[in-house]
Amino acid sequence: MNARRTTELGLIVLGAVITAGLYTLATLGRTASLPANLVPFLVAIVALLVAAHVATRRLAPNADPTLLPLAALLNGIGYVFIARINQDLAALQATWTLVGVGAYVATLAVVRRVRDLEQYRYTFMLIGIGLLLLPLVPVLGRTINGARIWVSFGPLNFQPGEFAKIALGVFFASYLVERRELLGVAARRIGPISLPELRHFGPVLLAWGVSVVVMVSERDLGSSLLFFALFIVLLWVATERASYLAVGGVLFMAGALFAIASFQHVADRVSVWFDPWSVADSKGFQVVQATFALAWGGIAGTGPGLGSPGRIPAATTDFIYAAIGEELGLLGAAAVLMAFLLMAGAGFRIATRAERPFETLLATGLTTILAVQAFIIMGGVTRLVPLTGVTLPFVSYGGSSLVANYVLLALLVRMSSGDMTTEAAEAIDETTLRAA
Amino acid sequence: MNRQIRRLGVAMLVLYGVLFAWLNVVQVLRADHYNKDPRNTRAVVRDFGRPRGQIISGDDPGVVLARSKDVGSHFGRARLYPEHDLFGHITGSYSFTFGSDGVEKSYNTDLTGRGPARSIKHLVDLLRDQETTDDVVLTVRKSVQQVAKAALGNRRGSVVAIDPRDGSILAMWSFPSYDPETVSQLDQNAARDRRNALLANPANPLLARSYRETFFPGSTFKVVTATAGLASGKVTPAQPVYPNLRELDLPDTKETLANFGNESCGGALFDVLRVSCNTSFGQMGLDIGGDALVSTAHGFGFGSVPPLDLPQATASTIADAGFFAHNRPLLAFTAIGQTTVRATPLQMALVAAAVANGGSVMAPHVMKEVHDVEGDVIRRFRPEVWTTAMSPEEASLLRDAMVGVVTNGTAGRLAVPGVPTAGKTGTAQIGNGSSHAWIMGFAPANAPRVAVAVIVENQRGASEATGGRVAAPIGRAVLEAALAVTK
Repeated sequence: MNARRTTELGLIVLGAVITAGLYTLATLGRTASLPANLVPFLVAIVALLVAAHVATRRLAPNADPTLLPLAALLNGIGYVFIARINQDLAALQATWTLVGVGAYVATLAVVRRVRDLEQYRYTFMLIGIGLLLLPLVPVLGRTINGARIWVSFGPLNFQPGEFAKIALGVFFASYLVERRELLGVAARRIGPISLPELRHFGPVLLAWGVSVVVMVSERDLGSSLLFFALFIVLLWVATERASYLAVGGVLFMAGALFAIASFQHVADRVSVWFDPWSVADSKGFQVVQATFALAWGGIAGTGPGLGSPGRIPAATTDFIYAAIGEELGLLGAAAVLMAFLLMAGAGFRIATRAERPFETLLATGLTTILAVQAFIIMGGVTRLVPLTGVTLPFVSYGGSSLVANYVLLALLVRMSSGDMTTEAAEAIDETTLRAA
Repeated sequence: MNRQIRRLGVAMLVLYGVLFAWLNVVQVLRADHYNKDPRNTRAVVRDFGRPRGQIISGDDPGVVLARSKDVGSHFGRARLYPEHDLFGHITGSYSFTFGSDGVEKSYNTDLTGRGPARSIKHLVDLLRDQETTDDVVLTVRKSVQQVAKAALGNRRGSVVAIDPRDGSILAMWSFPSYDPETVSQLDQNAARDRRNALLANPANPLLARSYRETFFPGSTFKVVTATAGLASGKVTPAQPVYPNLRELDLPDTKETLANFGNESCGGALFDVLRVSCNTSFGQMGLDIGGDALVSTAHGFGFGSVPPLDLPQATASTIADAGFFAHNRPLLAFTAIGQTTVRATPLQMALVAAAVANGGSVMAPHVMKEVHDVEGDVIRRFRPEVWTTAMSPEEASLLRDAMVGVVTNGTAGRLAVPGVPTAGKTGTAQIGNGSSHAWIMGFAPANAPRVAVAVIVENQRGASEATGGRVAAPIGRAVLEAALAVTK
């Protein structure tokens, strides 16, 4: 028996028990009766998670044992709250979870050596930018709640930006691995700050430009911030030059001030951040309701199913953290926060232990995406930072977000396990062939 | 690169640490502030979903006036009012959409089991199921309230009966009333429709006329004027003897103040009160002056909101003392309860109660005690003096004068058989030949247990007999019913 995998199995069972317990309590709280489908529910989540675990055991036997259980726990908590708020969405979310776990297994099976991805860096760049700009295409693009980040294929809506962030993460990592020496050379010094040659700022400006385009044309502040943070962080880690952080910070400030001055919806976000109370019935409604929900939860929460998260707009998506804070209290909110922190810790550990610089940078990038995105929305909902709508990874309702994050998770798991051995690869190919 | 990644990890740790600290601020430190924000309806929702105690009448045994029933709705419990409109203005309603009123509002914390006495007696409750509630027992008697309702009938008006010794309200009825159950129902659309219909009704059944509406008190106010006269020393039972007049010439104007039916009357205090002589009391008002009259009225409670334990009690009003320096004719009219003075029926019951209780006005209240689920008393209303209207000597004189009004004056129909009764009629002219018919009084006169005030609004005719003919029989019926249940 592989000890890491046994740990993982134990943690997964623990996560499943917590999820099933919460589900039972939430149903009890809401309807004062036990959920009718408790046993099938429990069997389904355990089966799904054990399938993911078995796949990991087979495809990535030396992987970090905490990542999959943490993601499963967050997914489970999210599902309980979605089911508690909107039963119809819960059925869809269950389907998306199935697809997400499928995508996780598929990614592990297909990506046997992460370094192979490096060869397709420009393909990933094109895919990333293409996905990012797809919502702007007439006919395909959809504007929902003021943000043009949706694409429709018939009855199916999805947010390509969720996948774009992974594609761009791969591209940034491979691009910077190639150029890190060049970008790291100091061309001139201004006081204590050493700056590289001006032409090497090209990529920085490109990333900044893409962020601004996303923000302006799609009104998606959260993703814009996320992309920019991702690129600057990777640039800094790759070149080991803090000056890029400074330059990035200056560019960020400039972009933010420009956006506040030029776009009403950005200015609104900032003024609501400072004072939501004077506009509590209009622009500040969401944030004020979220604050009420969190405060009402107090330390221990109202108990699952006993709060009023229906009062918070978008309680199943962007504002799900407020619903969790109301019903599970400070303890539950802190637990979710801790889960993301542990995932970030595991991700950075994978980055520092990776054998190749590309893997180091990719793990750093993917972890940054996950941790920063979670922080942006948890901080926004609690009014620590201005609200920029992004999903809470694994927790919020949303197919694109869930599937994309499972793919991201699979890449981290793959890197933590190391490359698949030739024997294992051959065995899998054989199984696949036989199945076909 | 590893050094940068470690720093990045530390940066994330700091960011998340700040977020955790901020969560503590929002969810713990400032939670109380946010929970009390009027825009936050969670407290209402919580109370609505919780069990709620009963409101019980002061009868023996008590009658349930309001109770909650779990009807299996996720939305909350149905609030039932088995007596329907009989106690509508006292219990109030308990609506999710429109909030609560009456006892439902003023004793909400007791009804939800979060009252002040609870934590002291039931410290152990903290460890038990928190869903225990308290019942609020009222001083109001169904037996008296029913008599008041039946006696007033379908006439617009109010009846207030009070125990003058401790301020317990025994009955407080206004017609028209409303059934709180209809506006408290769980079907919010039906509740809204019902409430809109009540709001559209020109008779305004939602208005508790007994303690939220003021009227000219008419001649019942002469008791206040007489008190001011006695207190000023300018009036005694013997002096002055007011001349027999049909109408009183007023200063600064050609207008006169006439007696009802242009009759001629006059005499000393007891006689002029007995026949309710307008010219004499007009003169008395002019003699004692605005300062004395207004300060005496304030002593009875005019100009202040009574400390009634129901929401939105209204103050009875009188013009400022300084106003009469330049409006002396109005001082004469005010002395007979017209023009610048307005009183709630509750206030006029308190005027009678003041005389009955030796000059002290006890704070009026509807709560007797709060019971826990086991029926143990966990809190009692502690009677207290609200205001002092006169000295015991003055009260004794006025009591004798008011007994005379019943035995040999305009309030004959107030007399409870076999019980010495004190009273005073009133007919407040409101123009168009109509008037409000008033009666106030108390019994037994020698040891008062009940004080009462009745107004029947908008009666045809405007003679002093109206109050005695229309309102006094209602007052008598209520006095009888209340005497039967008080010791």
